[in-house]
Amino acid sequence: MSSAAWGTAARPQPGGPVVEARALTFAYGEQPPVFDGFSWAVHAGESWCVIGPSGCGKSTLLYLVAGLRQPRAGAILVDGQPVPRPRATTGLVLQDYGLLPWSTVWENVALVMRMGRFYRNKRERGAGPRPYPRPDIAAEQVDRWLARLGIAEVRDKYPAQISGGQRQRTAIARSLLQQPDLLLMDEPFSSLDALTREDLQRLTVELRQETGVTTIVVTHIIEEAAYLGQRILVLGRPPNTHARIVENPGAGDVAYRGQPAFWQKCAELRELLAGL
Amino acid sequence: MRRRDLAAATLVLILLWQLASWLVRSEVLPGPWAVGQALVAALPRGLARHFVVSLWRVVAGILISMLLATPAGLVLGQSRALDRIFAPMVYIVYPIPKIVFLPVILLLLGIGDTSKIFIIFLILFFQILVVVRDQASALRPELLYSVRSLGAGRRGLFRFVYLPATVPAALTALRVSIGTAIAVLFFTETFATTSGLGYYIIVDSWGRLAYADMYAGVVAMSLLGLLLYFVVDRLERRLAPWMFVRE
Repeated sequence: MSSAAWGTAARPQPGGPVVEARALTFAYGEQPPVFDGFSWAVHAGESWCVIGPSGCGKSTLLYLVAGLRQPRAGAILVDGQPVPRPRATTGLVLQDYGLLPWSTVWENVALVMRMGRFYRNKRERGAGPRPYPRPDIAAEQVDRWLARLGIAEVRDKYPAQISGGQRQRTAIARSLLQQPDLLLMDEPFSSLDALTREDLQRLTVELRQETGVTTIVVTHIIEEAAYLGQRILVLGRPPNTHARIVENPGAGDVAYRGQPAFWQKCAELRELLAGL
Repeated sequence: MRRRDLAAATLVLILLWQLASWLVRSEVLPGPWAVGQALVAALPRGLARHFVVSLWRVVAGILISMLLATPAGLVLGQSRALDRIFAPMVYIVYPIPKIVFLPVILLLLGIGDTSKIFIIFLILFFQILVVVRDQASALRPELLYSVRSLGAGRRGLFRFVYLPATVPAALTALRVSIGTAIAVLFFTETFATTSGLGYYIIVDSWGRLAYADMYAGVVAMSLLGLLLYFVVDRLERRLAPWMFVRE
């Protein structure tokens, strides 16, 4: 099977946004809308952070992009197309890891490979990208990602037997095995201790440099947003009607944390958030 | 549990039995040695056949209930709409002692194996259904989101999440209810049949006051229960090793 057979049917013109919110409106049930006519665009290779107070809708935005929620009005387009269901080339890393408790670290990562084989004979319906994972992922790739994420020695342990940092590394390895063109992370390091968190933030920057994957990280931690997000979307109290963007070109360098520009950016974000 | 502990426990039980037998000093409670001899003697003279018949009935009941209750529980656990319809029904039927339907079942299904297997099925079905449904509906949404975002559709979720999450639960339910299943089997075998351990204990041995033979039957029935219990326990450890690991 050539890799072209699994390519996308109608690719948008190159240079178009990878993620686009067009006059997006979304509300939970009868509650007031979280987003109302909200527009925003993410371009290929960009590294975004979304920050804001609790309940501002930052996780909701990520779930909309992931295809786990559907807009009330307007549209969310990923790669130029709506996302009525999750697509296999969007990686999703959640705060509570989302690992299968009955599978070992290796099996959890290899789930992507098994899923691809499970849906091997499934034909795509209609236009749009094949929603299933690639069927041609090899076990060696699983081993390679385990080694890269530094969790090869716990490969046969169950999630309950390893540390939070190792669990999140497992979840990241699993996402990267999908060969994603878009990586979404929802408060990925919020339940980890400070040192482990900084460790994984540095790893995220390195992995981004290695893969060039477009990333959107949702966080409530100012330092995390300033360290990871070259562009930072600041959401306020709902409804969010327009995108408030803070440019942060210094991010993406592992040494950024030690630089004065980093602390200035943190102060700027703090001031902005306090004024919301 | 270690083999040595099990052997020690068996030894203690046999000793207690021997003590009780000495204290009671009646032919109604023969000692383990006499019963052991009776057991060996009775095995080729029909007891083995009765054992196999009982084993077949209870295993058939277990398999049918597993095969029907697990998918049904999975469906109810996944679909709120269906669960809303069926939950009240299950809620009402679950606590009814199914054995009270025995006369009806005998009238409808006859006195053969079918009615015995059916009543065992009926008891186990609801036990497994309820546990599997609860397990399936208790899965964390984050886990489902993660697996869906790997590209899993309905079938993928079923295969990689719901099935592995609930099979161990079904086995646990089964392990817990094996005792009930065998008790019910015993009851159904005590009349209108000429085979099975219940028949052997009550009709064949008790009826002719052959106490040692009767105890041989009781031991055989206990062994049947133990055998099934150990098989399910092993299956559980095999299929759900993650439930037994230490942090």
